[in-house]
Amino acid sequence: MSGVKTVPARRAGKIKKKFRWKEYLPYYLLALPGVIYMICNNYLPMFGIVIAFKNLNFRKGIFGSDWSGFDNFKFLFASKDALTITRNTLLYNIAFIILTTVFAIAIAVLINEIRSRFASRLYQSLILLPYLMSWVIVSYLAYALLSAETGLINNGILKNLGLNPVSWYNTPKYWPFILTFVNLWKGVGYAMIIYYSSIVGISQDYYEAAALDGATKWQQIKIITLPLLKPTVITMCILQVGRIFYSDFGLFYQIPMNSGTLYSVTRTIDVYVYNALMKSSDFGMSSAASVYQSIVGFVMIIAVNAIIRKVSKENALF
Amino acid sequence: MSEKRKIKDGTLWQIIAHVVMFTGAVLALLPFILLVIASFTDNQTALVNGYSFMPEIWSLEAYKYIASEWGTIGRAYLMTIVVTVAGTLLSLVITSTFAFAVSYDKLPGYKILMFMSIFTMLFNGGIVASYYVYSNIFSIKNTIWALIVPTFLMSPFNVVLVKNYFTNSISPSILEAAKIDGAGVFSIFVRIVMPLSMPIMATIGLMTAISYWNDWTNGLYFLNENGGTQYYTIQLVLNKINENINFLANNSELAAKATQQLPSTTMRMAVAVIGILPIVCAYPFFQKYFVKGITMGGVKE
Repeated sequence: MSGVKTVPARRAGKIKKKFRWKEYLPYYLLALPGVIYMICNNYLPMFGIVIAFKNLNFRKGIFGSDWSGFDNFKFLFASKDALTITRNTLLYNIAFIILTTVFAIAIAVLINEIRSRFASRLYQSLILLPYLMSWVIVSYLAYALLSAETGLINNGILKNLGLNPVSWYNTPKYWPFILTFVNLWKGVGYAMIIYYSSIVGISQDYYEAAALDGATKWQQIKIITLPLLKPTVITMCILQVGRIFYSDFGLFYQIPMNSGTLYSVTRTIDVYVYNALMKSSDFGMSSAASVYQSIVGFVMIIAVNAIIRKVSKENALF
Repeated sequence: MSEKRKIKDGTLWQIIAHVVMFTGAVLALLPFILLVIASFTDNQTALVNGYSFMPEIWSLEAYKYIASEWGTIGRAYLMTIVVTVAGTLLSLVITSTFAFAVSYDKLPGYKILMFMSIFTMLFNGGIVASYYVYSNIFSIKNTIWALIVPTFLMSPFNVVLVKNYFTNSISPSILEAAKIDGAGVFSIFVRIVMPLSMPIMATIGLMTAISYWNDWTNGLYFLNENGGTQYYTIQLVLNKINENINFLANNSELAAKATQQLPSTTMRMAVAVIGILPIVCAYPFFQKYFVKGITMGGVKE
């Protein structure tokens, strides 16, 4: 409508009356496939949320099934699972956000210091390589290291040090560290590329002026690079905090190989929903957990954005 | 600071940077090297000594076994390629046409359309509802569409990127001139906008292609043993081998094969090597666009 505003008031009325179908129709037709896709892929499932409030019976369909009110949610929150999956999802995400940010910035700063262009590009490519792999592939790499009978860690390292082998896939206490490490290994390259491109965008004038004043490299990084990276760090962190209720299904499903003994430390909301839905066909519990995730996730994004709008408006997402 | 000390400071940083980055690069690469070496290890050696960087006996038996099971793996490769190509092309068409419509700011309702797209980033119906809609309303289970349609066809993120490209990089005067010459909206889109948008199409096309190539979640939900195995991509075969090491043998067309000795310990590593080979080989060629895709996604929000 902003186009109409600039037209003098007397003619504006005329234009409004005449909705030029001939001109607009082709555009609507071009938008149509996208609209249909969004309706099927995103908006119909939004109505599917009612499943969580029903006693789903496949023969009767969603709308024919009986209402169950909040029973599904009552069952979910009465079980210990609700607390475990919420705790796991939140704590892992907090650890991932902090560690990935710190390591990615450190790597980006160091790569920026390297003068040889060839070496700098080689390091970047290699550190980004894991990000290109699917979680299934990563689970094979982890298995080569962690397998109790044939893994490198048990056979190549622990044995040579005279230590007892560890049954990794059955010992929960190691998994918070394993998962954090694997996530860092796979994701740090992605974050590094974003911070590096942001560092490259900083004007060289600042550094030259600082060098003239006798600032050391470390001082230059502390006084110029890091402060100028702040907006990027804030944007990246907001995005991640907004998604703090969602976990990377691949990481938590593939890397522990969906091992039941590890559930106490590896099961996040997404893994719980998958297992309840596909392994035990429990529509009630799985839909309750998945609606719980959607709604709290939505509130998180809105809340984080509202806070950012208050603090620094230019960083807000919408 | 004296000139000498300044140089010293510089060299010190060079050394630190190289040492740290070299260690990082080695850490990133080592698991892949282990995977490759493990796949060339003799099965008995691997069983006794475990996977190692210097196996006592090398062997090609894992690859020989895969070659004998090429029916399943070759088919999975074909499916991966079909799904990746079809999915990426469809996705580019849907995304670019939608983005073109919303980039025309004289179109009544373009803001509503844009909001409709952005809102999907903020809120969703959840996995269970999506699963119900796709399997019970659209009956997508155990069809090839199960691998193409859910989740990946149109990302609101790409819509924003393409729309911004249209508004910032294609001058309105070109479109205006074409309109005056009597060109219709469709021919403007196909003949003028598309050729001018190849850079952005290449970038988001590559990112979409990688998502399709690496995807295993759609198959996990929508393909099952009752008729879905024929559509398994290479990622899904790998996922199945994780669940059941005998998947290849059970799936073999030759029933006699099932009883043949399976070099399972090294075979699983060899299948993973086959799975990552194409993407690793192509990586140096598309790396530039891949990095561009990441930075565009990270900066624009």
